[in-house]
Amino acid sequence: MDFTFSEDQLLFQESVKDFLMNEVTPETIRAAWQTDTGRSDGLWQQFVELGLTGITVPEAFGGLGMNELDFVLLAQEAGYVALSEPLVHSALVAVPTILQLDNSEFSAQWLPKIAAGEAKVVVGLAINGLVEDAHIADLMILESGDAVYAVTQDQATLRYNESIDLGRKLFSVEFDQSVATKLAGGEFAQNIIAGALNRGALAAAAQALGATQRMIDISVQYTSERKQFGVAIGTFQAVKHHMANVAYKLEYAKTPVYRAAYALANGLSSAERNVSHAKIVACEVADLAAKNSIQVHGAMGYTWEMDLHIFMKRAWALNSSYGTAGFHKQRLAAYVFSDDALLGAGNTFAA
Amino acid sequence: MQLEYTEQQNAFRKEVRAWLAANVPTEPLQSFDTELGFQQHREWEAKLYEGRWGMITWPEEMGGRGADLLQWLIFEEEYYAARAPLRVNQNGIFLLGPTLMEYGTEEQKKRFLNGMATGKDIWCQGWSEPNAGSDMAAIRSMATLSEDGSHYIINGQKTWSTRAVWADWCFGMFRTDPASERHKGLTFILVPLETEGITVRPIPQLDGLPGFAEIFFDNVKVPVDCRLGGEGEGWNVAMATAGFERGLMLRSPARFQETAKRLVNLYKANQESADQDPAVRDAVLRAYMDAEAYALTTYQTACRLIQGGKIGAEASTNKIFWSELDQQMHGLGLKILGARAELLPHAPDAGDVGSWLDGWLFAQSGPIYAGTNEIQRNIIAERLLGMPRK
Repeated sequence: MDFTFSEDQLLFQESVKDFLMNEVTPETIRAAWQTDTGRSDGLWQQFVELGLTGITVPEAFGGLGMNELDFVLLAQEAGYVALSEPLVHSALVAVPTILQLDNSEFSAQWLPKIAAGEAKVVVGLAINGLVEDAHIADLMILESGDAVYAVTQDQATLRYNESIDLGRKLFSVEFDQSVATKLAGGEFAQNIIAGALNRGALAAAAQALGATQRMIDISVQYTSERKQFGVAIGTFQAVKHHMANVAYKLEYAKTPVYRAAYALANGLSSAERNVSHAKIVACEVADLAAKNSIQVHGAMGYTWEMDLHIFMKRAWALNSSYGTAGFHKQRLAAYVFSDDALLGAGNTFAA
Repeated sequence: MQLEYTEQQNAFRKEVRAWLAANVPTEPLQSFDTELGFQQHREWEAKLYEGRWGMITWPEEMGGRGADLLQWLIFEEEYYAARAPLRVNQNGIFLLGPTLMEYGTEEQKKRFLNGMATGKDIWCQGWSEPNAGSDMAAIRSMATLSEDGSHYIINGQKTWSTRAVWADWCFGMFRTDPASERHKGLTFILVPLETEGITVRPIPQLDGLPGFAEIFFDNVKVPVDCRLGGEGEGWNVAMATAGFERGLMLRSPARFQETAKRLVNLYKANQESADQDPAVRDAVLRAYMDAEAYALTTYQTACRLIQGGKIGAEASTNKIFWSELDQQMHGLGLKILGARAELLPHAPDAGDVGSWLDGWLFAQSGPIYAGTNEIQRNIIAERLLGMPRK
């Protein structure tokens, strides 16, 4: 029993954090909002050079062969900077989905390219309706009807949907099933979809943790500097308690997320309910962080100029992506209220 | 990360389970806030000690097993699952014991630890005073060193002292330097409650039982070798104790996981009426999640501590989380019971109301004692987040 990350995992997190803090700033984010694609090839190339695009790609296909647990802290840091490039999606959803398809030819075709930064693959699920980053995808793996298809740009019609989070690029994708390649059907397809959903929800939850921490940090800094009545407003107990409430809840959202990552990485039967728990509480604390952060910022928090809204909007968007709280509560309830549920002391790590 | 128990840990769990199955009283003991119940619980402590299950994290030479924190968590899981009696001597074994091991002289360890472990000496705490509650540094009870330096003369008043009514000893903080203020000039002293000049006045709690008391000190003579740590160093010694209290030892996750389990079962047994308020189902699910999260985070902290980490301001996050969870769960239990919720368990028409009401009353104290949750939020804001104090 060891519920801690390894030295290597923590060091990797630190170095990726440093890199992201330098390269993905509120200024670069605002600049990206003005570009056509909203995405930067230059930044992606840097990810490639750091090996980030290949982290979850098996070594045989040119990657590092690491898993969900190795990546979860990086996803958290991506959330901390409100990263919009589909790096987390690629590592936690697209690559594992390709692997789960268990099609060696398909894997050999796409995984080396993903690791080398030569191709981007996105996965679109019915639960999200729209597909993130479809406009820059070399291949889309899409749930449609009861099956999963591989769809290329020339087989699809994209329609852009603007989000209040300008970093998110969302598209409706229409395609003709008779032209696209069917990758999976029947129960196999359902397993693929469930796997992608769980990993997408884990990715959203981990990013929500990061966004929460960022909003705490921004708010602590602002309330330490902003003065009213002759003192920093951060000295007021009412202001302190707003932030303390976020901070303590964050601690109890982190461990469910790490446990979910562990369960997915190790293929535990508890993974689905672990993911749902993680998604519910991580998005909830991010939601609270947004609410309390704008409150302690006063009118400044309501402006476009302050950077806070970048992270608030990300938190709001993550809330209902890869399953609403309602969806995940139903999934968890199906377990907790069943006769097979292992409840009570001593069952925390029962799979 | 490796979220599986080792074979050794599984074997340890089995051993605990077997001992508890053979030894936990089949009839629940009386509340330890009654004289009879106190005695029953004292006997239970002696039994635990005999089996060397009283304080497993203590070193073997002191009657413990030198268990690490993970074994402690496993033990607690089995303990609560077996519905074993509450620990009447938790002040001693979980709070004072570890503090004594850190700050006590060899002589003091020899003198106090064994009585504590066997249940012969039950300890109560002497922190709060009428004008020193959350503001513990406002303590005014005086301990004056006698001219020959052989003993202290204590005068003053302590209050909210849990289990003081039938306890044998009290540990607490007294002001030894009359000119001192705040955290300075305080000294940690162990006081036998039998001493002349001590008056213990029981205070009935919400349930009507004398679970805590005021302690009056009128020229109470205490030998100087009852001082723990140096004179004037009481604050640091006390902070070590408060850290244990808020931290891992006092409220193990198992307790809340068992309550969450009972809550799920109560909901399922009364689902039709409970679902009239759709918020109830959601809240039961929440209780399950929170109890699990508390367990996960405690495991994480235990692993960190085993690897050499220290517990800091996160002790405050724990305290808020479990105390508010305890309130929510018991309040929810009452909600599900509906009109029967207000009935005492022995009322003729109460039916199977269980201990929800009792738990609800007790849960009211959680956000208040060991530093109110408002104080904990200040600590989190200032020490964890670095928000300005002034």
